Amino acid sequence: MFAALIILPLIGAAVTWLIPFDRLRPKILSLFAFAHLGLTIQMLSFTPPESPGGWFHLDALGKIVLLSTSVLFLTCAIYSIGYLFYRRERSNRVLCVGLLVCLSAASLVTITHHLGLMWVALETTTISMAPLIYFNRNARSIEATWKYLLICSVGVALALIGLYFLAYATIVARVEPSLLLDDLIRDAGKLSSGWVHAAFVFLLVGFGTKMGLAPLHTWKPDAYGEAPGLVGALLSGGLVNLAFLALLRIYQLCLATKEILFFQNALIVMGLFSMVMAAIFMARQADFKRMLAYSSVEHVGIMAVALGLGGKAIFGALFHILANGLTKGVLFLSSGNIHRSYNSKSTDHVRGALRRLPWSGGLFLAGFIAITGSPPFAPFISEFTIVSSAFIQGRMLIGAIFLTSLAIIFIGMAMTVLPMVMGEAPADSETTSYRDTIGTVGPPFFLLLLVFVLGIWIPDPLMTLLRDASALLEVHK
Amino acid sequence: MISLADQLLVLVLLINFISLGTSRLIFSIRAVAAQGVILGILPGLIHPFSWHLVGITVVIIGVKGFVIPQMLGRAVRSAEIKREVEPFLGYVPTLLLGAVFTALSFGFAGRLPMLPEHHNYMFVPASIATLMTGFLILTTRRKAISQVIGYLILDNGIFIFGLLLAGAMPVMVEAGALLDLLVGTFVMGIVINQISREFSSLDTSLLTSLKEE
Repeated sequence: MFAALIILPLIGAAVTWLIPFDRLRPKILSLFAFAHLGLTIQMLSFTPPESPGGWFHLDALGKIVLLSTSVLFLTCAIYSIGYLFYRRERSNRVLCVGLLVCLSAASLVTITHHLGLMWVALETTTISMAPLIYFNRNARSIEATWKYLLICSVGVALALIGLYFLAYATIVARVEPSLLLDDLIRDAGKLSSGWVHAAFVFLLVGFGTKMGLAPLHTWKPDAYGEAPGLVGALLSGGLVNLAFLALLRIYQLCLATKEILFFQNALIVMGLFSMVMAAIFMARQADFKRMLAYSSVEHVGIMAVALGLGGKAIFGALFHILANGLTKGVLFLSSGNIHRSYNSKSTDHVRGALRRLPWSGGLFLAGFIAITGSPPFAPFISEFTIVSSAFIQGRMLIGAIFLTSLAIIFIGMAMTVLPMVMGEAPADSETTSYRDTIGTVGPPFFLLLLVFVLGIWIPDPLMTLLRDASALLEVHK
Repeated sequence: MISLADQLLVLVLLINFISLGTSRLIFSIRAVAAQGVILGILPGLIHPFSWHLVGITVVIIGVKGFVIPQMLGRAVRSAEIKREVEPFLGYVPTLLLGAVFTALSFGFAGRLPMLPEHHNYMFVPASIATLMTGFLILTTRRKAISQVIGYLILDNGIFIFGLLLAGAMPVMVEAGALLDLLVGTFVMGIVINQISREFSSLDTSLLTSLKEE
């Protein structure tokens, strides 16, 4: 079962590599994405037993991330059929192959309990996404690709040295040397605190870079701004969650050591800093894709703060994995459509999107309302849970900074989004062949529907899953 | 055998200084290749002989000493550049900083709780010093190639630390990490080619069109 989840997308990658027709490739991509989601649901309902040796183990945390990644991937794959139709001028071979390799590595991150293997898979997702950011083949996209590749590779390399420190701590403690999460948690009490402390610092910096927590977020606006919409959706809704899962694994380990207070405080500081940075840079942002990137910085900040708060906020953080991932899908896919139609992503040129593209413009507006935490959408529930938990714990200052940043971000984002969708399109605006079709509007609409449904009703199996996952992250007394 | 390993680590540190002090890119690449070969020999000196070990040695020397330097060398030749000109920070200051970092890493490593049998050896300080050198090169040089060289040196530093972990890291994971490094450098090489085609230079400080005003 575990092997199938990894190998299936790889077979897909090989098939798409061999197919010589650009028109056919996105369809094959969707077919494999569909099979992957089927397999995911099968594994979620009948959880396969832990593999011998404990390397592969699908626990509740992994399940949440796997589910959100698989759903988002399928939606993006189906969107690619409609989208790539407008990009016939260039071959989409590298794009489709890269996406499937990334899906395979992403699945591996969610099912493994071996931290070393998880690291390898995480680095693979970084590399496989790099050529996709360069899809547009211009000077700006090469700059973005270079920054992304170099900063993320160095960041993830720092996480590797953190893992090495952990492994050395087990050797110094004379317990069985291992990087299996379950072994480490069992022996955590015996590990030497100097090495463990150093390890956590490196791991936080490393995975924080990959996740895009400020001040390690500098690659993010460039990469998200220059990548095609569907790649942006997968970066901000998929890869971010994988890096967050890596942090959750470290958090699980921290719970078993004395380092948890330090780790929680570091997460809160970085999280709040990310939110403040996002609030500052969001205002007067003239490029709407870059604006979405800062929104992503904000939301990884929210997840980090929630993790740092602990208690009830953990539930919010886990629900936010789904809520943020799916909403980012809506925003990036619809912004991709708007970009196609106006052939510009500057708010100077893009005006009156609601009139020109009623569907994409409407979806973008709805996505904005959802992501800023307005009811009745899913992010409202997670953000409300986190903020109320901060106040219940009596941490007024954290709650206050959190709420202030949310308010400023709402205003800043509105100042960019509202002029974009309202009013009249400028008379001199370029006319392009892009028209809203079911192929390009359906997928983001489906995601918005999910975000809406999750905002008013969480199905029982999902509720159980979220509760089980939060239980894994509770402080052992 | 361990004393020989220590002497080789001194050589690794010297190579760090060479790459900090030189402006000729091809020379830098050769220095990193030499460092890779030394790193390939090291596991053979500290672990008992086995065929498995021979395999590892061959693969590491092959990848770090030949394949990756080849790829970088090709990128340099196709971009037709020879030297790193005008780094953000001059060669003498970076050399001095490198020396300071190396001294600091010896001091820092002395305070870490080590296994008694690892206490007298240089693995940890050499690893941290190499890591810092990589960082220094990454942050002070302009050319994309130099930055890749910095990344490789950083990775070599991590690798040296990994030598202490015999057993804790399964071969599969080590191999995966090496493969990631290889593919990563390959992709970086391609990007470098595209940069030189797009900007007719490899100067990453020209990559500023995405700056926030």
